Amino acid sequence: MGGTPLPDGIKLMDEQGRRIDGRLPGELRPLKIEAGVLRRADGSAYLEMGHNKVMAAVYGPRECHPRHMQDPTRALVQCHYNMASFSVDDRKRPGPDRRSQEISKIISEALTHVVFTEYFPRTSIDVYIEVLQANAGTRCAGLTAASVALADAGIPMRDLVASCAAGKVANTMVLDLGKEEDNFGQADIPLGYIPRTEEVVLLQMDGDLTADEFRTGLGMAADACKKIYDVQRDALRRRYVVADDGGSEGVK
Amino acid sequence: MPSGHASRVFIGITNLKRVNGMQRESSRETAREIVVPGDLLSGSGMKAGPGTYVDGGSVYAALLGIRSVRANTVGVVPLAGQYVPMRGDTVIGKIVDMGASNWLVDINAAHPTPLHVNEVPWRVEFGETGRFMTIGDLVLLKVIGVDELAKVQVSMKEHGLRKLAGGMVADVAPAKVPRIIGKNGSMIQVLKNLTGCRIYVGQNGRIWIDGDMDNILLAVEAIKLIEDQAHSSGLTEKVKDLLEKRTGKGE
Repeated sequence: MGGTPLPDGIKLMDEQGRRIDGRLPGELRPLKIEAGVLRRADGSAYLEMGHNKVMAAVYGPRECHPRHMQDPTRALVQCHYNMASFSVDDRKRPGPDRRSQEISKIISEALTHVVFTEYFPRTSIDVYIEVLQANAGTRCAGLTAASVALADAGIPMRDLVASCAAGKVANTMVLDLGKEEDNFGQADIPLGYIPRTEEVVLLQMDGDLTADEFRTGLGMAADACKKIYDVQRDALRRRYVVADDGGSEGVK
Repeated sequence: MPSGHASRVFIGITNLKRVNGMQRESSRETAREIVVPGDLLSGSGMKAGPGTYVDGGSVYAALLGIRSVRANTVGVVPLAGQYVPMRGDTVIGKIVDMGASNWLVDINAAHPTPLHVNEVPWRVEFGETGRFMTIGDLVLLKVIGVDELAKVQVSMKEHGLRKLAGGMVADVAPAKVPRIIGKNGSMIQVLKNLTGCRIYVGQNGRIWIDGDMDNILLAVEAIKLIEDQAHSSGLTEKVKDLLEKRTGKGE
């Protein structure tokens, strides 16, 4: 990042301040989330953010394997992030690599912070994130989808986690970097955020920024997370609202 | 299922007890509000019920579910979730392993549960467990204790608990069990009367049905209908219609 020279004929920002895909600096890609898409999983979500397509599935709380990883006092949130071999232009070699291991780890940690793990001792909550199509920002898309899938599985949580990236492209701070911006931009900051409590559960930075730029980027990403949070909540509500025409006997 | 269990409402983390009939009417209007984890349920003055947590004096939802208000307590009735055993639950278990003095029973919880020979109604000599029940047998059990490590103790010693011979088992989402039982057991009564089957509903989402094969399949169909439409109203009538049409009863 930063060091890669821009190929000829590509301009990341035009004279009107529009980005390569026509967005303004503070604009998100179109976002669509659907909850409860997989029948066999306890909870699931499908997310599209621009050209990113991500599926998340949650199983559990269930018996923790391997057994030596069990915690007698709380549940383990185990995340498995995986990119499909067809998710990128050049075929991705299938299987876990250093990058997907890192992303699995940071997403597990972000989700552990919101789940009431102490309610399910000795168990494991397994979160599977499958990236079907990638176009930069898949860790944010994965985290956003995973937290919807967790809520859909009926797992008690403090809040949903919304996630979004900010970055620096053509000396401008922008939101939600696309693939070209990610590859040829100057910096990228993925953020996992809980809007109500303003807690940060995931924060990374790739590239160089001044302290002021960093603060601006963080503010932009946090504001965007609030919008994403509303879409997440809406997706969960929509799942049950169709049949919402009366009382349920278990509820009255 | 003994009628005592029929009015029991299953809630993910803790058991929400019915308070009384008077509160029911007032809770009706607010009952349909779907909440998502992190939603504010009450600013102050309300007590935190099941499926909620308190932060800075306010009550927030911890689960995806339906907001319910009873007396001075606000809670969330879950729409999904795994079975979490609680003391007093009647469950249908399946024997998965045997020891010299205990059986290991799968009760649809995160871990299998040991059933000790002292907790069965027979006198079992050491090493003779296999002569009474073997792997694959179904049993009707009661949860008599859950400790802080979520280790569950079950018993078969109470009245009505036994090994289940014959019949079939239908699996449903544990969160839908209260709907299958219905208000004061109304739904399950309809199922039993119109299909003529013997039915036990376990709190763990397993339903044991015994009777004629045609009637069993009819009962399973009705149960699937209840599960699919668990959050729509007038369900007891719908199920009644379906069963009456199929059995030719009622008209």
